Amino acid sequence: MANYKDIIDNCKSTKGGIIEAFHALQEEFNYIPQEALTEAARVFGLSEAQAYGVATFYSYLSVEQRGKYIIRMCESAPCHVAGADEVIKAMEDYLGIKVGETTADGKFTLELCECIGQCQATPVISVNSKPIFNVTAQQIPEILGQYK
Amino acid sequence: MNMAEEMRVLLEYADKINPESAEDYIKVGGYEGLKKARSMERKDLIDEVKRSGLRGRGGAGFNAGMKWSFVPQDVPVKYVVCNLDEGEPGTYKDRMICQKNAQALLEGMAICGHAIDSNQGYIYCRGEYPFVVELLKNAIASAKSSGVLEDFDIEVRMGAGAYVCGEETALIESIEGHRGEPRFKPPFPGVEGLWGAPTVVNNVETLACLPYILVNGADWFAGIGAEKYPGTKILTLTGDINNPTYFEVPTNYTLRDVIYKLGGGIKNGKKFKAVQVGGTSGAFIPEQNLDTPIDFDSMSAIGAALGSGAVLVLDETRDIVDVVTRISKFFEHESCGKCNPCREGTFRCREMMEKINSGKGSENDMDNILLLSRVMQKAALCGLGQAAPIPIESTIKHFRHEYMRKVL
Repeated sequence: MANYKDIIDNCKSTKGGIIEAFHALQEEFNYIPQEALTEAARVFGLSEAQAYGVATFYSYLSVEQRGKYIIRMCESAPCHVAGADEVIKAMEDYLGIKVGETTADGKFTLELCECIGQCQATPVISVNSKPIFNVTAQQIPEILGQYK
Repeated sequence: MNMAEEMRVLLEYADKINPESAEDYIKVGGYEGLKKARSMERKDLIDEVKRSGLRGRGGAGFNAGMKWSFVPQDVPVKYVVCNLDEGEPGTYKDRMICQKNAQALLEGMAICGHAIDSNQGYIYCRGEYPFVVELLKNAIASAKSSGVLEDFDIEVRMGAGAYVCGEETALIESIEGHRGEPRFKPPFPGVEGLWGAPTVVNNVETLACLPYILVNGADWFAGIGAEKYPGTKILTLTGDINNPTYFEVPTNYTLRDVIYKLGGGIKNGKKFKAVQVGGTSGAFIPEQNLDTPIDFDSMSAIGAALGSGAVLVLDETRDIVDVVTRISKFFEHESCGKCNPCREGTFRCREMMEKINSGKGSENDMDNILLLSRVMQKAALCGLGQAAPIPIESTIKHFRHEYMRKVL
């Protein structure tokens, strides 16, 4: 966690760029560490409370530590009617965690999300923002097994 | 097989050109519209767009030229903002426009820039599309190096998963680095928008229409599709449909043809039950209204909305109350919490829908939801809270018998 200052520094010339900085931090750490949030607030001239308010407003930003791979299951109506509930259950069973939790080895975090705009191939999950199409409950061990 | 039924304007060269390459786009006539726009006086350009009848493709349906005309002329800094937040579930048409014809979007932004005398554009892309952000950055670099954009600059900003940021003032707040909460209007963004400067916020599809309007003329565009909402519309079909994909059609195309001609009918030989148009905030439409054209006003006339152009089809076996309960959870999750009617209203809607869906509700709950729905539609600060109860209200109206099967 040495370079969070550099990451924030790279964004400081972008007007209103604190969200860009948060994205860049998450690219590196998968969440926004407390020290980085404090630093970002300082660089962008906000109070820590304001910066925290921004970080916790958006569902893609997290101030809690997360796993190496963030799995998101879309549960909006098109994925819901295509069987999202069964896929969620299959992932919970396979990973041994509930939605919102991270596996003990720190590898996977399972989150729910709303529509990710890939509705030509429902139900859809994404792993670190990469969409995976037409997912069935049976395929879950094979799909998640690929992530080492 | 469906190409003959479609009318492709924005997507004519889909998969035939590299969307990142300005050169490819120029070879098929790209950037001629911008050239023409730059040869015109600003007032004439705005009049031409007004005359074309182009109305906002994001859902609100406001005349684009009219929106531009509100921007004051005597202010030094103005902005063009492209709304690529498409968060409406079931919608991915703006992604398709970018992935098939990104340069048309850039050209459209530059045309708008000329009309309002702005040399800075922003594209606000939803956080779910990091690969589109990359594509757009490459497309902008290509257009800049070919010189076609001249002094017009475009910056891409990425959202972070907030449906409410599709609302134009919430989107502006987000670009500024704040929580994406809508502002009170007036002042409207055309007068006081991004960093307090006059700002035009247009949807991707609206902006991408502009090059074709300039090249072919306002009369050509006004002559396509429905008289009061002319042009084409890109639709995305989802749910129980044989062809779950995207189509570009003239705006006088009927819902029935969308489902049975382009969509290839209901999956697995089942019967139709309902269609929700315009995304998750849209009304559910029963069989008897399927001969309605998809244009903005025809849809409004049946108590529905064209919205973003998402089309979610449900077959006869679907449990409407269950689907609507899921939708009510969506709005509770996405409500930003700034205004009370939406924050409390979406919470109570979800609570009552879950009660009804689990067989514990009564007709009294249905009456209460309808009352709450009226309050939200009148009193919520932005479109999110105003539209949130519409799926519930429209299904109680058209599919009351399904609710009655579940209430005590």
